[in-house]
Amino acid sequence: MANDIIIRFDNVTKFYDSQTKVLQDVSFELERGKFYTLLGPSGCGKTTILRIIAGFEKPTTGNVYINGKYVNDVPANDRQVNTVFQDYALFPHLNVFGNVAFGLRIKKVKESEIKFRVAEALKFVNLPGYENREITEMSGGQRQRVAIARAIINDPEVILLDEPLSALDLKLRTEMQYELRELQQRLGKTFIFVTHDQEEALAMSDEIFVLNEGIIQQSGTPVDIYDEPINRFVADFIGESNIVEGVMLEDYKVKFAGKVFDCVDGGMKNNEKIDVVIRPEDLQITSPEAGKIGVTVDTQLFRGVHYELSTYDKDGNEWLVHSLKKAEVGAQVGLDFDPEAIHIMRLNETEEEFDARIEAYTNEV
Amino acid sequence: MKFKSKSAFVPYILWIALFVIAPIGLILYYSMLDLNGEFTLVNYRNFFSSAYLTMTLTSFWYALIITFFTLIISYPTAYLLTKTKHKHLWLMLIIIPSWINLLLKTYAFIGIFGLYGPVNAIVEMFGFDPTQILFTDFSFVFVAVYIFIPFMIIPIFNALDKMNPSLIYAARDLGASPLTTFRRVIFPLTIEGVKSGIQVTFIPALSLFMITRLIAGNKVITLGTAIEQQFLVAQNWGMGSTIAVFLILIMFAIMRFTRTKKKGGRA
Ligand SMILES: Nc1ncnc2c1ncn2[C@@H]1O[C@H](COP(=O)(O)OP(=O)(O)OP(=O)(O)O)[C@@H](O)[C@H]1O
Ligand SMILES: [Mg+2]
Repeated sequence: MANDIIIRFDNVTKFYDSQTKVLQDVSFELERGKFYTLLGPSGCGKTTILRIIAGFEKPTTGNVYINGKYVNDVPANDRQVNTVFQDYALFPHLNVFGNVAFGLRIKKVKESEIKFRVAEALKFVNLPGYENREITEMSGGQRQRVAIARAIINDPEVILLDEPLSALDLKLRTEMQYELRELQQRLGKTFIFVTHDQEEALAMSDEIFVLNEGIIQQSGTPVDIYDEPINRFVADFIGESNIVEGVMLEDYKVKFAGKVFDCVDGGMKNNEKIDVVIRPEDLQITSPEAGKIGVTVDTQLFRGVHYELSTYDKDGNEWLVHSLKKAEVGAQVGLDFDPEAIHIMRLNETEEEFDARIEAYTNEV
Repeated sequence: MKFKSKSAFVPYILWIALFVIAPIGLILYYSMLDLNGEFTLVNYRNFFSSAYLTMTLTSFWYALIITFFTLIISYPTAYLLTKTKHKHLWLMLIIIPSWINLLLKTYAFIGIFGLYGPVNAIVEMFGFDPTQILFTDFSFVFVAVYIFIPFMIIPIFNALDKMNPSLIYAARDLGASPLTTFRRVIFPLTIEGVKSGIQVTFIPALSLFMITRLIAGNKVITLGTAIEQQFLVAQNWGMGSTIAVFLILIMFAIMRFTRTKKKGGRA
């Protein structure tokens, strides 16, 4: 397994000036051939991580390894890493052929081979025969694919993509999400994809790193992160959720919204204060008598597939509900949910503590 | 050029007619007159005599040297300027001297380069005899380069400043060393700025006249000097105009040569 690690960050920190820590003690290992996503709000340090991997920026402290080799001092042009930039950064003085061939020409590859490989790379990104187009004659989606072709033609170990889809309209964006994911699987390369769109991250990734203020909050598969967010930030960022304060009475017994519920979490101190997360789609509308929580419907929006209800319980907590059934605005309804729908988050728990606890109490069962 | 209405066209036509066509027409007319005001083509024949051709060539040669040195100083300067924190302030500081009257600057250099000037004072400090720096090729080229530098820096600075910095990262990312990045990306993308810089340096350098007298002591005769002398000293307006006609032709040729291309080049 160990030699399948392609990139390793060891306690990397980054300061641009002495006051602001852009990255704080970032450590991770990336396996070869997987699709990774860095997800986080604007300014959290996503691009900075990519720039450190690409070699445009040096960590202030900490070590970076690519393929087991220490690379802190290796310049960008000597790294087996290629980037698809947020604005594509295609060379405006070269046409499509010139752009895609750039890396090979630097390596002094024979012109006949360049021709062949460019044609192949363009075919790969569904732009066959576009060699002689000027960049200005290409659409946004096409430019992005040229940028990808320019990166993959060099056969790099790792491809970095910095919010490559953010400039596209919704339809093209969804289309490109499929294409990118499919491309990654065909190439079998390691992709590191940056986005601040949680749906994009959930849809495309093998593994997601959720970042905030230069700290990795949580990493894991999309399902892990969605189902077991470690804290309020992740729960909130990864999708709409209902987060209320509660108390863990004992293992598998939690009290919130004035009632005691069964749940599937444990491993905490008795009577510990915690946060409770319930996803809107895990809540069902029933009659007030049958429901576990009684609420009043405040507003209702039709979202195409479902209705999005905003409801309030008697303590004034808001509960978002995704319901297939329509409800009356102003009506009293009950909310029902399974014990599995209740996710418990300890306050200020680190990722290691979180993992250790999950492991401990799942082993008990 | 397209105008929305005919009336908007009128000032433009008037301007061009009065300040471009008319003067050129007058120059053409005078160039075909001899000293007695008779119609003749003798001025043109004289221009093709060896004296004038040599002068044209020297003129070209000096303009080339001046442009060359201006360029190799201005490009790196402009590049470093774009890298500084307060780049527009620094650019301003370089541009400001160009607002000072050319004649004043020239006189300043006479003082600086003169036998009793600061340069010779330093030379003396090192125990050498003071030498005459004025009235040499060196002083002429030096002062001309000094004068043209801001005009060269501005278009190159603008071109560099306009360039998307992630293009440089992209080149490095694709394996280009800093030098290759300059050769294959930075320079081709700023070539238009360089061309404009060459235009605003080379063409005026061809017709420099005042500093040829004041700094080069009339040892360097450029086309500009020759025109001045024909008009003011020899009072031969016909010959002066003929040289001016050729100067204009050369200017057009250079503008064509350094014409900005609209589209990116092919791979
Ligand atoms: N060259 C720089 N000098 C100083 N500060 C910088 C520099 N580059 C980035 N920063 C700061 O570092 C922080 C992280 O920037 P980064 O570009 O990594 O954010 P990001 O997560 O990519 O954000 P976005 O989603 O908006 O692109 C920001 O606060 C930014 O202001
Ligand atoms: Mg960014």
